[in-house]
Amino acid sequence: MLRPFALYRPTTLPELGDLLAEHGSDAAIYAGGTELLLLLKEGMIRVRCLIDVKRVAGLDAIASDDGAITIGATARHRAVERSVLLRERCPLLAGVAAHVANVRVRHVGTVGGNLAFADPHSDLATICLAYDGVVSLWSYAGERQVPLTEFVLGAYETARREDEIMTSVRLRPWPRGTAGAYLKFGVYERPTLGVALAVTMSSAGQVSEARLAVGCVGPRPLRLPDVEQEMIGATAEDLGDAAKPLADAAAEAAETLADLHGSADYKREMTRVFVRRAVAVVAARAAGRDLHERYPHTVVV
Amino acid sequence: MSDTRTPSSCSLAFTVNGRAVTLEVPAHVLLLDVLRERLGLKGAKRSCDMQVCGACTVLVDGSPVSSCTYLAVEADGADILTVEGLGHGDTLDPLQEAFIEHGAVQCGFCTSGMLMSARALLAEDPAPTRERVAHYLRGNLCRCTGYTKVIDAIVACGRPQEART
Repeated sequence: MLRPFALYRPTTLPELGDLLAEHGSDAAIYAGGTELLLLLKEGMIRVRCLIDVKRVAGLDAIASDDGAITIGATARHRAVERSVLLRERCPLLAGVAAHVANVRVRHVGTVGGNLAFADPHSDLATICLAYDGVVSLWSYAGERQVPLTEFVLGAYETARREDEIMTSVRLRPWPRGTAGAYLKFGVYERPTLGVALAVTMSSAGQVSEARLAVGCVGPRPLRLPDVEQEMIGATAEDLGDAAKPLADAAAEAAETLADLHGSADYKREMTRVFVRRAVAVVAARAAGRDLHERYPHTVVV
Repeated sequence: MSDTRTPSSCSLAFTVNGRAVTLEVPAHVLLLDVLRERLGLKGAKRSCDMQVCGACTVLVDGSPVSSCTYLAVEADGADILTVEGLGHGDTLDPLQEAFIEHGAVQCGFCTSGMLMSARALLAEDPAPTRERVAHYLRGNLCRCTGYTKVIDAIVACGRPQEART
């Protein structure tokens, strides 16, 4: 059961800013409610009002400009999954969105809500990290851009100030000649582990840029730049051969934390296993093949 | 909440199973409770209460939502379909017939949610593959009979439509 609250439905950012200024910590920003309503039901947070941001015009837009892709904060997972633009420019993101929770959650849950809630067991932040995601935050004090690497500070903790609203996340699509994969593992409703890997191959057939992000195993999803660096210059074949040492390095670099999904050691081990698999899948894709291996309790996008 | 300066109550005008309904509801009331307690439609069930199990699935403008975690005011102006609206009088919907024919029901608690998800899927994809059905129904849990017969029923229901077109 929910305790009573008032519901405000601003239609512009200034109206929203006024409400945030007026209500401060008595208010919660509300979009899809897929996380917030659960917390309210459980009594884990108490607020006097919800500020519904879904009626703020344009906040759900998915658009391309200047080579980047901007996804509005109130765009729903279902819209990401089905967006023609994203399927073309950020296909792995669209593919991952199709596997977020279930179709009902995807129909109401929003990109902004997911990122701002910062549940460690989430796919979206991990895959957005691999697209160099940058979050836009708006307040009366001005707009600021915060890279996702600095936005998610820890479990359920972000750099958003109380007077700010996330308006969008901006992604840098991978250049042509990039092979990528996302592996998601878990037996519970939320993922136990997510690995995003993408490598861009030069015309000489060598890795010119690599992006490796590991999520769910620690308090926040992380890019692993040192491991990415080790992939530079590798051919697709080299990459496949180096799956094991790369996985060892990733397991070493990952931040893991014990929770209901398992111990810190277990998650480090799973990081090793799934980075190894991700490297194998991506190396095959970079060579123009597809691995059709099936891993238990795993979704390969 | 006693503070009347805040919009804690909203008027809700929507269509439920083809019938126009107007209600005054507090902002914090969930769609499932409006359906069950105010409108007497008990087909949607409260079970996990956290959008995992699918027993409370209803369609809002054709899209499946978990009515247990969906504010009733969100349905203002929408067209709601619950399992009570699937059939017509004494005539069952072909999906319901297919569930019976394939034995896709055991205790029945999850069935209304399964049917509503299946209805939404068939509207999107009139002839879904088994794989597509399994993916779409990932969020509808059955704890007694399993999923094979449910998938059989939905796939069977899809095929004749494909043949007709």
